[in-house]
Amino acid sequence: MNAEPIVSIAGVAKRFGTITAVDGVDLDIRRGELFALLGGSGCGKTTLLRMIAGFERPDTGRILIDGQDMTGVPPHRRPVNMMFQSYALFPHMDVATNVGYGLRREGLPPAEIATRVAEALDQVRLADHGKRWPAQLSGGQRQRVALARALIKRPKLLLLDEPLAALDRKLREGTRFELVRLQEQLGLTFVMVTHDQEEAMSMAGRLAVMNEGRIVQVGTPHEVYEHPRSRFVADFIGIANILPVEGGRAWLALRPEKIALFAARPNTDHAEQGRIVDVAYEGDRSLYRVGLLDGSMLLVSTANVAREPREPWPRGQDVWLGWAGDAGQRLEE
Amino acid sequence: MTGRARFTYTVLAFGYAFLYLPIALVILYSFNESRLVTVWAGFSTKWWSALFANEAMLSAAWLSLRIALVSATVAAVIGLAAGYALARVPRFFGRTLFGSLVIAPMVMPEVVMGISMLLLFVGADQIVGWPNRGFLTIAIAHITFSIAFVAVVVQARLADFDRSLEEAAMDLGATPWTTFRTITLPLIAPAVGSGWLLAFTLSLDDLILTQFVAGAQSETLPMRVYSSVRLGVDPQINALATIIVVIAACALIFSAWLTRRKA
Amino acid sequence: MRLVIALPYVWLATFFLLPFALVLAIAFGTNNPDAVPPIDLGVSLKNFTLLFTDDLYLAAWLGSLRIAATSTFVTLLLGYPMAYAIARARPSVRPLLLMAVILPFWTSFLIRVYAWMGLLASNGILNQFLRGTGLVADPGTILGTEWAIHLGIVYAYLPFMVLPLYASLEKLDTSLLEAAADLGASPIVAFLTVTLPQSLPGIVAGCLLVLIPAVGEFVIPDLLGGTNTLMIGKVLWDEFFLNSDWPLASAVAICLLILLVGPIALFQRQQAKNLERQ
Repeated sequence: MNAEPIVSIAGVAKRFGTITAVDGVDLDIRRGELFALLGGSGCGKTTLLRMIAGFERPDTGRILIDGQDMTGVPPHRRPVNMMFQSYALFPHMDVATNVGYGLRREGLPPAEIATRVAEALDQVRLADHGKRWPAQLSGGQRQRVALARALIKRPKLLLLDEPLAALDRKLREGTRFELVRLQEQLGLTFVMVTHDQEEAMSMAGRLAVMNEGRIVQVGTPHEVYEHPRSRFVADFIGIANILPVEGGRAWLALRPEKIALFAARPNTDHAEQGRIVDVAYEGDRSLYRVGLLDGSMLLVSTANVAREPREPWPRGQDVWLGWAGDAGQRLEE
Repeated sequence: MTGRARFTYTVLAFGYAFLYLPIALVILYSFNESRLVTVWAGFSTKWWSALFANEAMLSAAWLSLRIALVSATVAAVIGLAAGYALARVPRFFGRTLFGSLVIAPMVMPEVVMGISMLLLFVGADQIVGWPNRGFLTIAIAHITFSIAFVAVVVQARLADFDRSLEEAAMDLGATPWTTFRTITLPLIAPAVGSGWLLAFTLSLDDLILTQFVAGAQSETLPMRVYSSVRLGVDPQINALATIIVVIAACALIFSAWLTRRKA
Repeated sequence: MRLVIALPYVWLATFFLLPFALVLAIAFGTNNPDAVPPIDLGVSLKNFTLLFTDDLYLAAWLGSLRIAATSTFVTLLLGYPMAYAIARARPSVRPLLLMAVILPFWTSFLIRVYAWMGLLASNGILNQFLRGTGLVADPGTILGTEWAIHLGIVYAYLPFMVLPLYASLEKLDTSLLEAAADLGASPIVAFLTVTLPQSLPGIVAGCLLVLIPAVGEFVIPDLLGGTNTLMIGKVLWDEFFLNSDWPLASAVAICLLILLVGPIALFQRQQAKNLERQ
């Protein structure tokens, strides 16, 4: 099993006029993993993806794909394929012709192309849709055609640009599962770009959080969530209480679900007294905004495990908060 | 009917009446028994038969048709290149000049273009003995001003074009040329077709520029019509006008159908 | 890619730019009827001085500008309501309405001007109508007057005015008008303060598309105007074809261009801006 990373990005930067989109990025992506680039709009994740695909050329740095320097190589000569956010299905070709496009460019004989197209459509469960036209398909179907079209070329790397963004909520759950399953089944490396942290956390094996053109942290979802290395990451992923400690020289990131509510002073490692200022009932959990005695606010989240809670915490209620000694993550920036 | 709707209908009715009444009368009088356009003397098709027997008119029409076909086709190719360059290449040497050169013929007074091109042809004739004024020079002149119209249409279409389609093609292994051939061109073809049709009609209709560069032996249809109408109203011209209106209407409908299909 | 740029560039440089250089060169020459071509090259301002001192020419310059400007204005007055009406019409009907405006544009220019010859003749339909309905006892002949030229220009160039106006008006966000009404503006005030300013690019484009060619118009003054209405396009033509004075005609062309360089540049800037916006 080749232990070399399949994509190696070294010192890559890209500017558009006066705007720096990517500002010195180093990243290794391992073979067979599902990797996510996560960040808000303008953080540089899409530009980075496009540089891997070959649609943008880095101003500095190198990009190696499977050990080969592909920095200046145009997209049509890279062993990489992309699934576009808008799917980019060719409107003047039917589904089968769309899917076979890449193989025709390779110069394969028509009979072989036809067989592989049929296989590919089968794999995405669109077996008898070959003669349909893109305009006749639903959003989810179009995505599967785009997927088939990219995968049929057996690329070393599949790039996905906001794969779930265009789908409605119901479809998103199913597709999320499908993509992960497909990736594991084929053993390919997937690199996806998303602004939706739930998406990234639930799908990726590893992810990189980006901000202002730089990668601020790389790790598994668990690492990034429970061991953020900066206030930015702690705040970006999920909800966090950021408390100044050590006289303002460091901070503590404390997740709301790590804090529990008590009627009386608990014997946890930390305890604070406060009053419920606001309650957001979200069905599966409730998010409490608690005002402490010193005036600061803490967010506390409790799962609603019982249908009728034994201890309701209404607004205005005096309450005690408690959390364990290792519940928070110390941050230096 | 609301005040707004009444306003709309009145304005449009007046406007279209203004636009079409003269044409309608021209068509009507092509069937007039009398030569005069002032008196209706009964229905007759004699001017139509006279038109189709008019040798000079027919050969002029044939010349105009051939010139129009050639110039529209060449202008479509060059205009496509120009429109593509303007839409896709953000910076190149002399881009502003290029942009101006492409659009200028659209607004340039034809007398100015006419005299300038004639000087070029005469000068070239003096120096290298070529070209002889006739089909070639007329075609070149027509192509030059038609390029602008095709380029504008192509440029507008490309601005609307979904570039991710081209990126997807390249991502799947198509070279830039193959991408253009298999993806871009098929999808902008209706716009190019529209441009061709426009160049065709403009070429058929052109008078001033043609007059300058035509030389003594060639006579296009507009030139023939012009020398005829200078002498006054001629019902054969009315008949010709009717034919032209019908052709223009068909061309326009076809062009509209072309551009609608792309959606 | 370089070929793609080069092809149109070379063509236009050869057949558009180079000819202009020639015109410029010839304009400074003098007329020599015995030479072929009838030009003596040289550097002489004779032609230009003539153009600006001779009464006839001055009248032609001013006449052309005046007629073109008034015609453009009238075309705007007629074209704006039409464009507005089409832009506000039901979306299903709009393409048809537009085609109906474009059709005359695709029909022969010459034919359309010719149509007015018949209409405006002394016994033509228009005069018959005016006499018949008793509106005007003796209309006189409109054909051969400046009125006819104005009519001709407005008629011929109306589509050029309506289309850019329509393009501009169609983009107008109707919610802006609703906001204006909500804030207390009457329909007329809303039009003047919201619609009109927003449609300004269309107005500019339309006016330029009419004005620039109209100044150099030849066919319309020739067929519809009389011998005493001189427009500069006709002057250029006559100098070239009747007097065979090529240098003088070239000088006229240069002056005409200089006159129009401002509007042409303005038009090109508008075009460029429209492209940036896209």
